[in-house]
Amino acid sequence: MARDSQAALVALNRFGFGARGGASGDLINAASDPRGFVKAELARPNGVLLEAPGLQSTPQLGQAVFAYQDQVKQAREAAAKAGASTEAPSQAPPDQKPGLRRNLSLNAVATEIAGQMAGAKPPDNKPTDNKPADSMAKPDSMQPNAAAPPAAKPAPQPLNVIQKTFRAEALARLQRATLVECGFTERLVVFWSNHFCISASKGELARIWAGAFEREAIRPHVLGRFSDMLKAVEQHPAMLFFLDNQQSLGPDSRAGQNRKRGLNENLAREIMELHTLGVGGGYTQDDVTSLARIITGWTFAGRQGQLGAPGSFVFNVNAHQPGPQMLLGKTYEPTGLAQGEAALADIAHHPSTANFIATKFVRHFVADDPPPALVARLRDVFIKTDGDLKALATALVESDEAWRAPLTKMRSPYDFLVASGRLLARVPEDPGAYLNNLNLLGQPLWSPAGPNGFADTSAAWAAPEGIKLRLDIAAQMGARLGPNIDPLDLLEFAAADAASIETRKTIERAESRQQALALLLMSPEMQRR
Amino acid sequence: MIDCAENRLLTSRRGLLLGGASFAAWAYLPKFARAADGRDPRLIVVILRGALDGLSTVAPIGDPDYAGLHGAIALTADGAHPAIMLDTFFALHPAMPEFARMYRDMHAAVIHAVATPYRDRSHFDGQDVLESGYAGPGRVQSGWLNRALEALPRGERVSSALAVGPTTPLVLRGNAPTVGWAPVALPQADDDTAMRLIDLYRHRDPALAAVLSQGLQLEKAASGDDMKPKPGNAVAQMRQVARGAAKLMAADDGPRIAALAFDGWDTHANEGGPVGRLAFLLGGLDGALAEFESGLGERWRDTVVVVATEFGRTARINGTDGTDHGTGTIALLAGGAVKGGRVIADWPGLKPANLFEARDLKPTTDLRSVIKGVLQGQFGLSDRVLAETVFPDSAGARPMKGLVT
Repeated sequence: MARDSQAALVALNRFGFGARGGASGDLINAASDPRGFVKAELARPNGVLLEAPGLQSTPQLGQAVFAYQDQVKQAREAAAKAGASTEAPSQAPPDQKPGLRRNLSLNAVATEIAGQMAGAKPPDNKPTDNKPADSMAKPDSMQPNAAAPPAAKPAPQPLNVIQKTFRAEALARLQRATLVECGFTERLVVFWSNHFCISASKGELARIWAGAFEREAIRPHVLGRFSDMLKAVEQHPAMLFFLDNQQSLGPDSRAGQNRKRGLNENLAREIMELHTLGVGGGYTQDDVTSLARIITGWTFAGRQGQLGAPGSFVFNVNAHQPGPQMLLGKTYEPTGLAQGEAALADIAHHPSTANFIATKFVRHFVADDPPPALVARLRDVFIKTDGDLKALATALVESDEAWRAPLTKMRSPYDFLVASGRLLARVPEDPGAYLNNLNLLGQPLWSPAGPNGFADTSAAWAAPEGIKLRLDIAAQMGARLGPNIDPLDLLEFAAADAASIETRKTIERAESRQQALALLLMSPEMQRR
Repeated sequence: MIDCAENRLLTSRRGLLLGGASFAAWAYLPKFARAADGRDPRLIVVILRGALDGLSTVAPIGDPDYAGLHGAIALTADGAHPAIMLDTFFALHPAMPEFARMYRDMHAAVIHAVATPYRDRSHFDGQDVLESGYAGPGRVQSGWLNRALEALPRGERVSSALAVGPTTPLVLRGNAPTVGWAPVALPQADDDTAMRLIDLYRHRDPALAAVLSQGLQLEKAASGDDMKPKPGNAVAQMRQVARGAAKLMAADDGPRIAALAFDGWDTHANEGGPVGRLAFLLGGLDGALAEFESGLGERWRDTVVVVATEFGRTARINGTDGTDHGTGTIALLAGGAVKGGRVIADWPGLKPANLFEARDLKPTTDLRSVIKGVLQGQFGLSDRVLAETVFPDSAGARPMKGLVT
């Protein structure tokens, strides 16, 4: 029985979300065939999909937001008519049962969306998010010198459909991550979702769509083709909204001429800089502008639904810049939607894209300074297989470097929290604690500060306050869960004989089970991957 | 037992959710208090991430091409929300009355048509250049402010603790030890657990031992109700961060140098003119400057606040009433130590031929010259240290003289 606990740690921590506690036997299974343990998930592409009762499609969710916004507007207007006071206090109707707990059942959310929404109330924008929501610019919040936060504390309000959906999506993702065997494919989802990130703090549509974007544009292609994922992402309403493309009009298009509006190059730039070629990947400002023109008209149907089902991707020919475009030295004839799809397909196959993706991939899974030989090999695989992401992942797992490199990467806050939950065999029933802790630790779910996503280096996460906060969180978990567990058993599940003597002694000598659990969760074996 | 535990929960660490702002400060009390004149200089660097539209913040309304280029969002000297004239040519955004007051009192200055040496338009590379102080992207090990600190004589370690922020901005990363701060109400681990963990890290993971020790050290003395989390929008949060930072820096043994960052300036669409999205953010920045002033109290007279951004935005508005990534922009200086009341600009003009790559305000001043001038004025760093260590290979960008009293 060839057991290699060190390789099991690599399998579980570098590639996966860490060993599950309880009777999973993850560490033993991983130790007997580390590579096979990781690769097993790659053989089940359907396992990457996430379908749960109540999780809705992007158009359905968009329509729920439109309906919600209409209700808010109507309530405001009614309030303005009724009371002629200077400031409409737009509070939720006071008839909410105070004892009602926030109900997170997915079915309840579905019912809610289906049209039984409670009384309208003002949208709850998240002011703590890093990027100001567009809605911040609404007139009522636009006091240039608004001195202090409102003094009166509003009574806690029931969640609106946007918040409920966000939490339901978060819960489904967390439950999946907690329950899967190794977690390699879920780690791949997180990687690609961060690569092609949107931010929920952009506004209400982004918040309600954040989970659906990942389910619809990322997951189906995590073991498929890069070019397919690229197309799905850039045509997804959430991305079009996040990077403003729904507002971009061809200057010579009919809509551009009529409305005297024109290009917005935000999405075009980030496609080349962040999604494909990378900075220095061989494009110029002229290419950015060209691509912006090429993808004018890529938008989603609005609440009126003139162009299609509200909230669905549509190509609006009236907004599309007519004429051929020169991009990266090639002319794209005016073929409407196909012009942009052809451009994206070519960019996906550009050698700079292969290099950019391979580098980022290796940096994420192996080391902050990615071994050049491994990067070169993955780049070649990417090129030879026409961007087959399953082949890319397989090549990574089969490489020697990925198993030899020391476990020096820091777990991100998300990795750390999920790994802790797995080890403690706690399947979350409410995402609240996770979401709060992610906010605290600087990785708010689906809400990075910019379109480059969350940092992927140890330096970013091994910061003084970040580690101190992890310790505080670990101490809380220890206080809550420590009394009922045997920390040494957990150490066996987590690392067995790959645990250092010092870690083992530190846990053995802890003054309480609570303290022992906190120390285990903070041990290098749990923090590094 | 239960009482005990709950008690600990109640006396939780002071907390603050930063909402896009981060703060970090130097952990040493440097010996620059000058016994002779009692001057004890302080420096605060505010990074605006996302690229500030300098032409909308300090508008060249005397330039005949400005109104046409900035179109629907251009500021004007009249109307319902008139811009505040700084001289006969430049006008300040009406959302910044505090800065205007400081300017009138000669304690605030504007440097216009300024840029780092970076000439492409990636936020992330642009921020790296701004914060690292290197001439090009790709150097992210340390920031110019940290290297400036290294060049200063060290004093005692700051003993009073600060609460800490989850990440340190690159500008302050490096060898000189720093402390950060981003408090949140969270029950904290007890000292014994922390010490045991540090001991484990010392044996198994020295890098984490160092990091955690810093985090703990800063933890202890943060106090004051100002640092409790408060609800509020981004404007309120910017003020709150500044208030907390000022409080920490006003202490006799507090940090003398700090950096913080505000996000959200990437105004591609519906940027707004005298009111709107940018106005909202500028109001927050203005409020933060006022908080620095009041929070630092007596120390404000020795203080310089530098506000900088990675690059500017297009001179012409785009098709969605916003602006795309550009080049030249502004830097702002505020503080009692600033020789203010002026807009410093070698104005390039906004005629098409004068624009950088026919689209952006052409930079005529190197931002490094401005920062070097401040560092020299406040801390007496030599030309050589500034040109070789703080901003490597920058001898061509000479320190701007006379920025500091």
